[in-house]
Amino acid sequence: MTKAKEVLLNPIFNDNPIALQMLGICSALAITTSLDTTLVMCVALTAVTAFSSLFVSMVRNQIPSSIRIIVQMTIIASLVIVVDQVLQAYAYAISKQLSVFVGLIITNCIVMGRAEAFAMKNPPWMSFLDGIGNGLGYSVVLIFVGAIRELFGSGTLLGFEILPLVENGGWYQANGLLLLAPSAFFIIGLFIWLLRSWKTDQIEEREFELAPQVAGAEGHHA
Amino acid sequence: MSSKKESVTHTLVVAFVLCIVCSIVVAGAAVALKPTQTANKTLDRNKNMLSAAGLYKDGETSDADVADLMEQFRIAFIDLDEGELLTEELAKAQGLDAGTYDQRKASKQPDLSRALSAAEDIAGLNRRARYAKAYVLEKDNAIDLLVLPVHGYGLWGTLYGFLALDGDMNTVKGLGFYEHKETPGLGGEVDNPKWKAQWVGKIVYAPDGEVAVNVSKTKIDAGNAKAKYHVDGLSGATLTSQGVDNMLQYWMGPEAYGPVLEKLRG
Repeated sequence: MTKAKEVLLNPIFNDNPIALQMLGICSALAITTSLDTTLVMCVALTAVTAFSSLFVSMVRNQIPSSIRIIVQMTIIASLVIVVDQVLQAYAYAISKQLSVFVGLIITNCIVMGRAEAFAMKNPPWMSFLDGIGNGLGYSVVLIFVGAIRELFGSGTLLGFEILPLVENGGWYQANGLLLLAPSAFFIIGLFIWLLRSWKTDQIEEREFELAPQVAGAEGHHA
Repeated sequence: MSSKKESVTHTLVVAFVLCIVCSIVVAGAAVALKPTQTANKTLDRNKNMLSAAGLYKDGETSDADVADLMEQFRIAFIDLDEGELLTEELAKAQGLDAGTYDQRKASKQPDLSRALSAAEDIAGLNRRARYAKAYVLEKDNAIDLLVLPVHGYGLWGTLYGFLALDGDMNTVKGLGFYEHKETPGLGGEVDNPKWKAQWVGKIVYAPDGEVAVNVSKTKIDAGNAKAKYHVDGLSGATLTSQGVDNMLQYWMGPEAYGPVLEKLRG
């Protein structure tokens, strides 16, 4: 695999920002109740991560280390505002649903993490690909979560009816839990479980082991 | 190189240039996209108005239809202090223009609004504009449908919406909000089509002229005499439901649209 391909594709399954690095989970809970908002959020985050990495990398040799974090932050924040303005102009209904979460991309650890960990040390083109790759890694998890939540929570996908609901004369009783935030935790957990069953090298070493029970502790059974 | 990069002058120059570049990008995007955004907001507001009037069907009515439907309506001003539906001449005499008058801005201008006393201000408005911009649909020279702008404080912020009344000035045609800050999934359910559908056909005034329509969590059976005034509150959103209730008490009451609706009923 060439370096560019590796940078682009590795974050999708091998080094996934959500599933392995556990970053950016908050927005994954909030905007995955339906697939269309999820997709727009994925595109927005991928664009911001890619371009912020590109710009940070372009000026990386000029940034004094004493103010590097705030420089990265300023670039990211400006891009997020631009993305928010574009959504308000061209996808008004969805931007209304996403409300504050577009603005909160600024605080998404993935964007900042890639700028600091990768773009500060690598040339612009590689940094751009790394941004796209991490955006895709985030998108894979979000689309997985969003598709399950919308399909079993409202019986639709992208607004099209797949499972006819009981209320509309069908047979499917929607699972209301899937429309609430905790369900996203369960689904992300399942995703991580599946991923680590497939790629076993991602399983972390145990930090501690439970001590075996001593005989005396079972005394009350006798 | 390295020592130059870390120098105070260089740090200041980088910070300054970065700020200039970023502000130009942000300001440029905001200015360039403003017209499209404003058009979107107006369209969204119009859709909500038509939706309250029961004329907009989600997924069926196109944007072009919205413009056509809007043209059937006449914009009429209501003088809330005098309780009068102004004729076009009177509105013009007051300098009111249907295209430019913004009720929300007017409610902040001292010459076009007044502060409400604590006793009056049940809907949490602080100030109320003197003139309300209503939408009228006429049939055979009589008002067939009247859409009134309403707003009031919910849990996190003010809800802005429209209440549509039938020609009898007493039956609700629909209620909808185009802007609010309520919690998604709880108070945000004011946008739920099923909840909004409850409003259709409710009666605003009791026979004695008092505002009778209300939002409450009390369960009332369909057969009960009070059912025609009652809308079920949103579960998990007591304060939002209370806010909508207060809003209607205020706007339908004697301080706001009450007198003008009484006159129109004749």
